[in-house]
Amino acid sequence: MKRRDVWIWTAALIGLALVAPYFLYPVFLMQGLCMALFACAFDLLLGYVGLLSFGHAAFMGSAAYITSHVCKVWGLPPELGILCGVAVAAALGVVFGALAIRRQGIYFAMITLALAQMVAFYALEAPFTGGEDGIQGVPRGHLFGVIDLGHTLTMYYFVLVMFLIGFGIIARTIHSPFGQVIKAIRENEPRAISLGYSVDRYKLMAFVLSAALAGLAGAMKALVFQFAALTDVDWTTSGEVVLMTLVGGVGTSLGPIVGAFIIVAMDNYLAQTGSWVTIIEGIIFIVCVLTFRRGIVGVLAPYIVGARGAPRTAMLSAEQGSASVVTSAPARISEANGGNARRSGDASTKTHK
Amino acid sequence: MRRVAVAAFSAAIWLLMGAAQAQTPDTIKIGVLADMSSLYADLGGPGSVTAAQMAVDDFGGTALGKKVEIVSADHQNKPDIGASIARQWFDTDGVQMITDLTTSSVALAVQEVARQKNKVIMITGAASSDLTGKACAPTAIHYAYDTTALANGTGGAVVRAGGKTWFFITADYAFGHSLQNDTSAVVEANGGKVVGSVNVPLNTADFSSYLLQAQASKAQIIGLANAGGDTINSIKQAAEFGIVKGGQKLAGLLLFISDVHSLGLQTAQGLELTSSFYWDLDDQTRAWSKKFFDKTGKEPTMTQAGVYSATTHYLEAIKATNSIDGPTIIKYLQSKPINDFMIRNGHLQPDGSLVHDMYLFEVKSPADSKGPWDLYKLIAKIPGDEAYKLPHGEQCPAAKG
Amino acid sequence: MLSWLHVAMPPAPLFFAQLLVGLINGSFYALLSLGLAIIFGLLNIINFAHGAQYMMGAFCAWFLLNWLGIGYWPALIIAPVTVGIVGIVTERLLLRQIAHLDHLYGLLLTFGLALVIQGLFRQKYGSSGLPYTIPDQLQGASNLGFMFLPIYRGWVIVASLVVCLGTWFAIERTRLGAYLRAATENASLVQAFGINVPRMVTLTYGAGVALAALAGVLAAPIYQVSPLMGSNLIIVVFAVVVIGGMGSILGAIISGFALGLIEGLTKVFYPEASNTVIFAIMALVLLVKPAGLFGRAT
Repeated sequence: MKRRDVWIWTAALIGLALVAPYFLYPVFLMQGLCMALFACAFDLLLGYVGLLSFGHAAFMGSAAYITSHVCKVWGLPPELGILCGVAVAAALGVVFGALAIRRQGIYFAMITLALAQMVAFYALEAPFTGGEDGIQGVPRGHLFGVIDLGHTLTMYYFVLVMFLIGFGIIARTIHSPFGQVIKAIRENEPRAISLGYSVDRYKLMAFVLSAALAGLAGAMKALVFQFAALTDVDWTTSGEVVLMTLVGGVGTSLGPIVGAFIIVAMDNYLAQTGSWVTIIEGIIFIVCVLTFRRGIVGVLAPYIVGARGAPRTAMLSAEQGSASVVTSAPARISEANGGNARRSGDASTKTHK
Repeated sequence: MRRVAVAAFSAAIWLLMGAAQAQTPDTIKIGVLADMSSLYADLGGPGSVTAAQMAVDDFGGTALGKKVEIVSADHQNKPDIGASIARQWFDTDGVQMITDLTTSSVALAVQEVARQKNKVIMITGAASSDLTGKACAPTAIHYAYDTTALANGTGGAVVRAGGKTWFFITADYAFGHSLQNDTSAVVEANGGKVVGSVNVPLNTADFSSYLLQAQASKAQIIGLANAGGDTINSIKQAAEFGIVKGGQKLAGLLLFISDVHSLGLQTAQGLELTSSFYWDLDDQTRAWSKKFFDKTGKEPTMTQAGVYSATTHYLEAIKATNSIDGPTIIKYLQSKPINDFMIRNGHLQPDGSLVHDMYLFEVKSPADSKGPWDLYKLIAKIPGDEAYKLPHGEQCPAAKG
Repeated sequence: MLSWLHVAMPPAPLFFAQLLVGLINGSFYALLSLGLAIIFGLLNIINFAHGAQYMMGAFCAWFLLNWLGIGYWPALIIAPVTVGIVGIVTERLLLRQIAHLDHLYGLLLTFGLALVIQGLFRQKYGSSGLPYTIPDQLQGASNLGFMFLPIYRGWVIVASLVVCLGTWFAIERTRLGAYLRAATENASLVQAFGINVPRMVTLTYGAGVALAALAGVLAAPIYQVSPLMGSNLIIVVFAVVVIGGMGSILGAIISGFALGLIEGLTKVFYPEASNTVIFAIMALVLLVKPAGLFGRAT
């Protein structure tokens, strides 16, 4: 896509975002923006580093709790509250990352899931989180002491700005030398190691960045709803962000945003129908995994961009047939198991170095 | 060309979504926000929706020339979900009043939203006395009962009958803590002692390790500061572990007729409970309950009866004041006593609590019961002032002084 | 002796009673992680739907009792078989489609499946438990001196031990088990020997699911039959499997019982931490022995 087109599209979208609160319910838009940032942060890890984290809610939720506590009980202004939330999420990212990076694929997913569950239980027990009650009545305060965030429109524009900042950081990271190394690691990790890159360190940095931005989303959400609750750290929230990214298109820039808004709209619209939200989300998961792995943006992009190549949206290197071990179409079982054995072989070379 | 098509398509979606948010100003909506599917579904839930609709129908279906409509939603016992629904209802859906609000953590969250928007809420499900204490709000009415009344009622009766040492099994959220707090104060004021307590997550299936702790404490009374499905499980499993056989007694601090019906008289007989409503109390309650039973096949709980009563009085207030403004309605309701089939000698207090008569019941033994819902024996009537006597003094900032 | 820890030493009866309750929990952990380990060992799929299948087993028992009047003892056989067949259909229809892809897709597919199954049951039955009575033969409690042990809970421990050890024996010591283990190592070679590997895989998935359903039937009288009964348990079971070693059968069994005991112990001294202790141990094991306690270093 040409540079000029990118700028036109960006300007159009920002323009749409600026007038949107006059047409749609602003609280819904803010929720969408927060979840979009969350999904983008998650996709940084999945689409570009190739790691599926099933515990990202821990970062969002912990930041939500910290920001809520800091703003309500310590009385700090919102910008400091957000900073604290992001800092804690990043710290948690370092801890999770250090433990989980050693493993890959499914192991990585399970470990992040279990660690996130630990955070969820801590949130249930710790006195300052309020357990089932959550932290309620969080004051939005005055930004920098002057801008009153109590007004819905003001809050909306603040959220929009923060979202753009977060998105900008991700975009900048992907197109930087650091981003190039990350992509190289994902394409062919042994080769990156042989070139001398400290692969674990790069992965950890990407992980912490992803965690910090997820934390930013959580801190914003806490201020929007003036509420931090157990739902924010629940593993079902981790599952929701995976769904958003999958539906929108893994590895695309707009995919997570589209996916986030779709899922948030569905949640709100179907909230009154009881468990149908869960059922429909499950069906979408299954359908996406079976037949729709490129996601909405992945499928639509060629039409919008023009014939010039679909973006690289295959989630995992297995599909691209690149460095990974799955070749063409031999018997199913041998792929499933032989592949795994050889991949584990790669991993063992790594750990034995 | 394709790009134009895509752009037009997206714009159309935006506009449609916007249109979907438009309000319909010609109806007055009342929202029933309850636990529709989890452990508290039987004490409020769909039955409350039925009760609210009955109230609207009996009132005539219109007020101030506009149609009155009932909307409902399931808050799933999650305060953030409840608050979101309430906010959306108030902001964009034209809801003027929310009722039922079972689960204290949800009620507290919704009360915050109602305070911000100055809208009336009438709480018939949640129990925590914090709703009229630390968290009191000018447009909120705590309608049917609260933990203060339960503590003074059941708690007082049990400790005066000789149960001096207590161990609490407490649902670990606003309601459980509130109930434990208030009951402890009453126990201590009557010369008793609390020897221990344990916090249990909401909607727990297996109470075995908590019951073992209660057993080891050797307290005379095991106070169950929980409700609905949690209480049913605690009582059933206590029977399994031989707790009552071992000499300790259970005190179900909050029991609804739906719980007793579910437990069965064999298990529940002898339990004492405090309630503001029982279908078989007198002719008035019997008449109304029959209408409810004909629609639902179950006798009403005090929460469901409360929804009918609250909705009726709300609509009457609208008619009398010719307004839907929150503070005006509250002022009207405070100005005179409230009496109907359920609320007797009711007075709305400045802190939002509706002081009215409560009743102490005992669950009948199977031999004494003549029908599937003939479950309670009336022990005493507790006048409002006595039932709502605050063990910690007035906590609501607006009502103090 | 422990007073310097500012921890009150509880009375011995409570201590042993909580350990026993921990052992009961451990029985479920062991059964469920056994099923997961078997499925993972052969299919390399993390079966996120395991919790939902456990729940279906309990509901199956409930349906059998309330709709067909079939009691607990037949349900112990019928429910696992029924749910196992559902599992086989699942494998044929869904899992086979993505077997050639990265295994993470399997995780996501089974996650979606779990959401659908749970959502459907929750829509129909709400999320608080339905009662299932303890069968008459197992009612009552025996007075062990330090506690009243309900007989049913004792039965759960025994049944679980028998099933776990039986399964381990079948896999490690019988010929069928040998075929299974060989297919895990090198499926095409085993297929070349004339063994129908795809069918074996299908049946294995069914067997793993049946184990989950059996755990569900055992759980029905204690834990109340509820649509959400699996979803909270499944993550703890994942942690157990990680601790034991992802493909190790013996690791799953031993870790399951051991972690149940440790959880019970924690409830005695420090009840607030009892939920997180298993995850803390997992973090520790990952630091020291990343492949799990019994896992092969892959």
